[in-house]
Amino acid sequence: MSPYLCPKNAMHLEGTAVLIMTRVILHSDLNNFYASVECLYNPEIRSRPVAVCGSQSTRHGIVLAKNQVAKQFGVKTGEAIWEARAKCPDLVIVRPNYVRYLKFSMMARKIYENYTNLVEAFGIDENWLDVTESTRLFGSGKKIADEIRRKIKYELGITASVGVSFNKVFAKLGSDMRKPDATTVITPENYREMVWGLPADDMIYVGPSTRRKLADIGISTIGDLACAPPGFLESHLGQWGRTLWIFANGYDDTPVTRLDFQPRIKGVGNSLTTPRDLCTDEDVKILTYVLAESVAERLRRHHLRGRTVQICIRSSDLAFIERQGKLPHHTCTSSEIAEKALEIFARSWDWSKNIRMLGVRVTDVVMGNGYEQLSFFDDGKRLRRERLEASIDRIRSRFGHYSVQRAVLLKSPELNANPVEENVIHPVSFFR
Amino acid sequence: MAKVFVEVIAKFTKDGQKVPLIIKWKDGRSFDIDRVLDVRRAASLKAGGQGIRYKCRINGRETYLWLEDDKWFVDSKA
Repeated sequence: MSPYLCPKNAMHLEGTAVLIMTRVILHSDLNNFYASVECLYNPEIRSRPVAVCGSQSTRHGIVLAKNQVAKQFGVKTGEAIWEARAKCPDLVIVRPNYVRYLKFSMMARKIYENYTNLVEAFGIDENWLDVTESTRLFGSGKKIADEIRRKIKYELGITASVGVSFNKVFAKLGSDMRKPDATTVITPENYREMVWGLPADDMIYVGPSTRRKLADIGISTIGDLACAPPGFLESHLGQWGRTLWIFANGYDDTPVTRLDFQPRIKGVGNSLTTPRDLCTDEDVKILTYVLAESVAERLRRHHLRGRTVQICIRSSDLAFIERQGKLPHHTCTSSEIAEKALEIFARSWDWSKNIRMLGVRVTDVVMGNGYEQLSFFDDGKRLRRERLEASIDRIRSRFGHYSVQRAVLLKSPELNANPVEENVIHPVSFFR
Repeated sequence: MAKVFVEVIAKFTKDGQKVPLIIKWKDGRSFDIDRVLDVRRAASLKAGGQGIRYKCRINGRETYLWLEDDKWFVDSKA
């Protein structure tokens, strides 16, 4: 057994013997996914160079995916249509059909679920599978990988490359090594020969910027990265340096997230620690509208409505309180959320201290496209408000968040923010 | 080979299965399905598509019929 396995996977038996539990992780990558689906539905273009491209009229005219034939002409994902056409004048351009791609992605996932409930999606066309326990039922990792590939080809009419290894990082490397329609096995015994000679940027999370930084310190391959002292990497790349060293040595023990671990959205909230303490009702009003707008926009994005409004306040001496109140109906409009939040605030805060942080959260959520009891006394204002805010969402998506704003937010520009975009943490998948 | 969508008369069993009984061809002719020999998810590389594939026996000959998103199709030489 390799001494490079993570100690977390070691199991102590009676006496002094130690059994190392090697995980069996698969990474399945659907080859040229969008283009493969398009070629399946259009047999007449299958042997021609094909690229799936966004619409030129909406300035999305880039190559999203290409088939194997187009790849041979040097067509690359992300380049403009005119660039691709310059390389390959006979290139067949097709429009994307995302609904169909999602359907295929879900069907592929159903195939994976025949072997394990530990399936973690990484984008629409890639998945990790932890089949450690399933090997007792279905045979080795390679056998399961081959079976999955066969099923995908037969049932879906497209191909997949599968990497089999003892951690997620090497499994992903394996699926990239041989394409299309192939299984690559990287074991604790062969990973030095198979992986260490590859360029460093073949590894997940080594992008152009990290590659340049690594090149500056004389590191060009994954093997260079593995053999460098972790402290040295840390001094150049920060904590990230150590993480990459762990990846390169096969020590990665990140789990494959359970299939049934689908956290249901229970509430949507945002909070902000402001650049200066809030000391008046006017300050609180401004920030409450900023937060309520963000919360309402996110509710609408997920087709949700909430009924309970919570506020949380951290005072300048770091004391924390949380208060809540109920609305008469479920809502997804910022005005209603903000008005309720301000009402709760007015009865909860006596201004004996200034405020350092304010949060607004909406809970008790339901799917927004369900039925709702209508009120006899509603004069249509709520519906108009909803339409207005949906229009503002569209304007903001085209011209930026700050293109339309409430007048109250102009009073104190330092408190104005866009929590929807400025609070997103990337990446979201690998370290869950 | 061409992908030809066809009308199908099917039986919905009490356990939720769909069993095709008659295929109505585009020229108006009807073909009784004598027996469904096999049902599985499969791609049709010739016609272009995928779905639940029914292997049917019609007049002693075997043929494939696909159910794709609530529409039935066959791969036709015509």
